[in-house]
Amino acid sequence: MSKHHVTTNINGEPVEFLCEAQQTMLDVLRDELHLTGSKEGCGSGDCGACSVILDGKVVCSCLMLGVEAEGRKVITIEGIAQGDKLHPVQQKFLEHAALQCGFCTPGLIVAAKALLDENLNPTEEETRYWLAGNLCRCTGYDKVIRAVLDAAAVMRGEPGASVST
Amino acid sequence: MSFLDKAALKIVGTRPIRPDGVDKVTGRANFGADMVMPGMLWGRIKRSPHAHARILGIKFEKALALPGVKAVTCGADFPEVTPERAHVGAAPANLRDLSRNVIARGKVLYEGHAVAAVAATSQAIAEQALDLIEVEYEVLPHVMDIEAAMADGAPLLHDDIFTAGVEPKPTKPSNVSKVVRFAIGDVEAGFREADIVIERRYTTKPVHQGYIEPHACLVSVAADGQCTIFSSSQGQFMVRAYTSRIVGADIADIRAIPAEIGGGFGGKTIVYLEPLAYMLSKKSGRPVKMVMSREEVFRATGPAPGAIVEVKLGAKKDGHITAAQSILKYQAGAFQGSPVQQGCICGLAVYDFPNALTIGYDVLCNRPKVAAYRAPGAPIGSFGVESCMDELADALNIEPLKLREINGAKDGTKATHGVTWVNIGYQKTLEAARASEHLKAPLGPNQGRGIASGYWHNAGGESSAACHVNEDGTITVTEGHPDIGGSRASMAMMVAEVLGVPFENVRPVVGDTTSIGFSASTGGSRVTFAGGMAVTQAAQKVVEVLKQRAAVIWDISPDAVEWKDGKAYPAGPNAGAFEPLDLATIGNRAARTGGPISAEVQINAQGQGPGFATHICDVEVDRETGFVKILRYTAIQDVGRAIHPSYVEGQMQGGVTQGIGWALNEEYIYDKDGCLENPGFLDYRIPVASDMPMIDTIMVEVPNPRHPFGARGVGEVPLVPPMAAVANAIFAATGLRLRDLPMSPPKIRAAVDAEEPPRLAAE
Amino acid sequence: MPRVSYTAPATVDEAVKALAGAAGLAKVLSGGTDLLVQLKSGRLAPELIVDMKRIPEMIGIREEGEFFVIGAATPGVMLSAHERLEHAFPGIVEGVDLIGSTQIQGRASIAGNLCNASPAADSVPPVIAARATAVIAGPNGRREVAVEAIVIGPGRTSLAKGEFVVEFKVPKPKPRQCDAYLRFIPRTEMDIAVVGCAVNVTLDAGGTCIDARVVLGAVAPTQLIVDEAAQALIGHKLDADTLAKLDLAAQRACKPITDKRGTIEYRIKIAGVLARRAAAIAFERAAARA
Repeated sequence: MSKHHVTTNINGEPVEFLCEAQQTMLDVLRDELHLTGSKEGCGSGDCGACSVILDGKVVCSCLMLGVEAEGRKVITIEGIAQGDKLHPVQQKFLEHAALQCGFCTPGLIVAAKALLDENLNPTEEETRYWLAGNLCRCTGYDKVIRAVLDAAAVMRGEPGASVST
Repeated sequence: MSFLDKAALKIVGTRPIRPDGVDKVTGRANFGADMVMPGMLWGRIKRSPHAHARILGIKFEKALALPGVKAVTCGADFPEVTPERAHVGAAPANLRDLSRNVIARGKVLYEGHAVAAVAATSQAIAEQALDLIEVEYEVLPHVMDIEAAMADGAPLLHDDIFTAGVEPKPTKPSNVSKVVRFAIGDVEAGFREADIVIERRYTTKPVHQGYIEPHACLVSVAADGQCTIFSSSQGQFMVRAYTSRIVGADIADIRAIPAEIGGGFGGKTIVYLEPLAYMLSKKSGRPVKMVMSREEVFRATGPAPGAIVEVKLGAKKDGHITAAQSILKYQAGAFQGSPVQQGCICGLAVYDFPNALTIGYDVLCNRPKVAAYRAPGAPIGSFGVESCMDELADALNIEPLKLREINGAKDGTKATHGVTWVNIGYQKTLEAARASEHLKAPLGPNQGRGIASGYWHNAGGESSAACHVNEDGTITVTEGHPDIGGSRASMAMMVAEVLGVPFENVRPVVGDTTSIGFSASTGGSRVTFAGGMAVTQAAQKVVEVLKQRAAVIWDISPDAVEWKDGKAYPAGPNAGAFEPLDLATIGNRAARTGGPISAEVQINAQGQGPGFATHICDVEVDRETGFVKILRYTAIQDVGRAIHPSYVEGQMQGGVTQGIGWALNEEYIYDKDGCLENPGFLDYRIPVASDMPMIDTIMVEVPNPRHPFGARGVGEVPLVPPMAAVANAIFAATGLRLRDLPMSPPKIRAAVDAEEPPRLAAE
Repeated sequence: MPRVSYTAPATVDEAVKALAGAAGLAKVLSGGTDLLVQLKSGRLAPELIVDMKRIPEMIGIREEGEFFVIGAATPGVMLSAHERLEHAFPGIVEGVDLIGSTQIQGRASIAGNLCNASPAADSVPPVIAARATAVIAGPNGRREVAVEAIVIGPGRTSLAKGEFVVEFKVPKPKPRQCDAYLRFIPRTEMDIAVVGCAVNVTLDAGGTCIDARVVLGAVAPTQLIVDEAAQALIGHKLDADTLAKLDLAAQRACKPITDKRGTIEYRIKIAGVLARRAAAIAFERAAARA
C-alpha cells in the first residue's frame, strides 16, 4: 500500500507530506513534520492537548486522519504567535501564571484562540464550557479562565487586568 | 544574610513571568515524547491480561521474525536485585520490588503488569509485534480488596512477605506487609472521660494522579555501556539511580537529561520505562523511544491507594476532645509500601489530642503498585478524621470551625507521632477562615457549606545548585530539580534578590546529571525549600567572590567591600573613595581578577516547615439526580513566604481541584476478573473547566525561620482537606452523611432515597 | 493502528461504488470521532475508509418544503450555528451540542452518532422525537426509513453492506410544537450520557398537549420511544399529576444495564426525573409559540 501524498497548508505555509491512511494528523504533525507543540495526552479526544484549528474550527488532531488535511488549512500552536509577537492569549497565560507544567498549554491556547476568533466577549461560563475538552490537572482552571477573559478584553481594545506585582 | 523581613524584599513576593514561559506557550518546550535521535527505534510493552498468574513461558520467535523488529526483552534479561541491595542511597523505593514492577519475574501481579517489551523501526511494527509475543500463563486466584486480602486463606501475592511490626514475628506469609502504630497518652482512659464518643467507618477508592503527559523516554546505550537517557520524570538523579540498579549499569555510565515534565504529582518519582528502553537499546545498538498510551498509564502506573479508615472520637460536651483513634488500611497494590504511615500521622496531626492512637495496615492486592500522589497517604486519613470531626461537631451541636478552634494544634502541642510543633500556622488558618467573607456569605436552598483542615510534613533533603556570573554580568543558575510547576521562576527570584539584580538577568536551568551535583527528586513540596536554600547559598557565595574581586580591582581588603543593589561599594569612608562596580564590570574583568566567578553548593536541607491548611467549600445538591455543584471554594494555607505568589496560588487551586475530583467522581472500576474497566479520561472523570468555580486563596504567611526567605512547602497540603470539605458541605446541604468516596451522583441519590423512599416504577 | 486504505469520493454514487467494491470491512468516515478511537483500540480493523466529507450534498442544512434536510456528515458546529433549525428544534441542537467537547463538535455528525449505534448517543433521541427520516444510499439505490429503524442494538444497525445515510429529513414543526433534550452525566461536560431524554410536544391554543413523543436514551439496547409516556402527556396540561404519570411511564419503560456509567436502579430513577424536566421545558417552549 503506497503512502498518500497530501498537499495542505499549515500555519499559513504550503506543506506537502507523505503519510499512511491510518496515521492521525497528530502523528503527522509530531513524527513527520516535527511540529511537536501539539501533544498527545490520551489519543481518544478526551484531553484536548492535541487541539489544532482546521479551516477555522478547533478539532482534536488525534481524531483526524493526516489524509484529511488535503486542501485544508491547519493552524497549530506553532502558528499562533506572529513572528516574535505573542498572541494576546499567550501573553496573558504568561502574565496570569495560567500554566504550571505546560503540557496542556498548547491545546488550551489553540482552543482559546478559536473561541476568541468567534466571540470576543465570552462570559466566564461560556469560556469554561468551550474549554471543557481541554483537561488541565495542574491549575484548577482558575488562572486559565482569567487569562482567556483578560486576553478577550485586550483584544476588544480594553486595557485588560493588571496582575498585581 | 537573612531575608525574612518581607518589607525589605524587592523581588521575592512579586509576580514576574516565568523564565521558561515563552517556550511553553509557543509549543517549543520539549517534553518526554518530543525528542528524536537518528536511527531511533520505537519500544512497546506486552502487558498481562490477568490480575494474577504464573508465567509459564514467553516465546519471541514469531515477533523476532517480523521485519522491522530489532530487539525483545523480558524479565530474564534483568539482573536479580537481592534484598540486601534493594535500597540505594537515601532513595525511598525498594529497588527489588521496583525492578519486578518494571518487568515481571515468575508471576504477574496485576492486569497491565509488564511481561515483555519489543523495539522496532516503527510504532506500527512494534505494536504488531506485541501480538506475536506468545506468553503462556497459569491463571491464579486474585484478590482486589483490603478485607478480602487480609482474610485467612486469601490468595497470597508474595510468599516471602511476613507482617512487619507485630510481635511475635509471624511464621506464615501474609498480604499484610506491615503494621504501624503511633500513640500518645492513654486512649482508653480518654474515651472513658468523654461525654460523647462517635465511631465511624470511611472508605475510599484508588485514584490516579492524572498528569496529562503519559510517561515517555528516549534511551541510547553505546557499545561501551555509556548511556544517555532523555525522559520526563520528577528526578533525573532518581532515573539514573533506579535505572542503573535495575539494569546493572554503573551510575557514572548514565547521563540522565530531564525533559520538561507534563505533570507528575508524585506519580513520576519512580521509573517504569527507562530500564526497558535501556535493555532494548543495549540489545539493538540503537536509541529506543518509549511512550505510554493513556490506557497504559491507567493500567500500570500510579495510583493512590483505596482505603478503609475507621475513626473514633471522644469529647466533652464543651467540645474538648479527650481521645482520638484511627485505624487505617491501605491498598499497597502488587508490592508493599502504601503511604499508610503518613495517613496515620497526618490525619491526627492537625489537633491537640491528649490521648490518641493510630494504627495502619499496608495491604497487598492484585492492583498496580501504588505511587506517591501529592501528600501521599494524608488526604485519605484526613478524609476520615475531618469527616468525623464534622460528625462530632454535629453531635455536640458545636459549629465545626469552633470545634477546630477549640482543639487545633498550636506551637508547643505534641502531635501523636511525637513531634512538638514550633512556628506552625494552623491557628492562623482558622483565624483567616473565621474572618473570611466566604464564611459570612448567605446560602440558598439545597446549598451547604463545609470546612476541613489538613496537614503535610513537607520535605527537605539533598539539593545542589550552581550560580555562575557570566562575562557580561548576567547570571546562570543551574539546579538539579525538574521544574514541575514554575519553580525555575522562584529559584531565579531568590538569586536575583540575593545578588540585587533584575529578575530577567538571572536565567535558571535544570541541569542533567552530569552538569550539577546530586539532587533528590522534585517531590514532598521540597524544591522551593531545599532547592531554594541551595540557590540562595550559591548566590551568597558568589556575593563573597564578587566582593573579593572588587577588592582586587580597588586593591583593598575584601572586608572593606559591601554588596548592595547589585553593586560593590566601599564599606565606608575608610575603605577608600571608589565608584561602585556593577556585575557587568566585575564579570568582564574576571580573567584579570582571578578567573571565572561561580559557586556551587551541595546541601542536605533540614528544617522544612510543616504545612497546614483550612478549606471552605459551598455546594448545591440536586436531590433528584444526586449531582453536586461546587459553588464556591476558599483555600486558606500557611505558605511560610510566598516566593512567587501566583505559583503558590496555583498550587493551592490545583490541589483543590484534584481533591474535588477525588471527592466527587474519580475512581478505578474493576470487573470481577480484576481488569480495569475505565482506563481513559472518558470514564476516569477528572474535573473539567466547566465543573469548577474560581478558587479563592488566602495565603497566610508564618515564615519558616529555617529557610533564608521563610519558605515552607506549599504544593501538597492543598490536596489534604478537599474531600472532607466537600463531604461536610454535602451534609450541611442535605443532612446526608456520605462516608464512601467518590460521592458520585448514584450514591447521593441512594442516600436521599434511603432517607425518603421514592415512588418506584413497580408501585 | 493497522494499515487501511482511504478514499474520499466526490459523489454519493462514487461512495456507493467504493463501499460495494471493498473486499473486507469498509467503514464510513464522517466526523471520525468514534471511528478513529475504535481503529486505535483495535476494536475495528477495516480494510477501507470512505471519507464522506468531500461529497457536497452530505454537508450542510437546507430547507425543502416542509422539511429541514441535514446532510449526514454535517458537523455539530454547523447545526448549532443554523438559527432556523435551532429555533424550530432547540432539542435537536441541544442533543448535538452535548456530543463531546468543542473539538468534537467541530467534527462529529448526527449520522456518525446514529450509526455508531450507541444507546447513549445524545443527538438521536431528539431526532427520533421529531419523527425524522433518514435517506439511505446503497447498491440498490436509495430508500427512506424512520430514524428509529436504523439502530437495532449496541453497535448494530439495519444498514445492509454498502449502505450509508446520506441525509436526514426533519418535518418542520407544526404551530405550538417544540422539543427539549436533557441528559444526565456525572460531570458538566465530556461524559457519555447515563440517561438521555427527548420530549417533543404539540399543544393546542389552551396549552393542552395534543401530540407528543418521548424518547429515552441509554436505558435499553436502543433508543426507546415511550408511547405510554406520550400518552401520559396527550390530552393534558402540564400539572403535577401529569408529571407524576410521565415519570412513572418513563421509569417503567427502562430496560437498562449496570455498567461503569450507571446502575440499573439509578438509570431508571433518572429516566423519570429527566422526562419530567424535559417535558417542562418542551411545554414552556411550545406554549411560547402561541
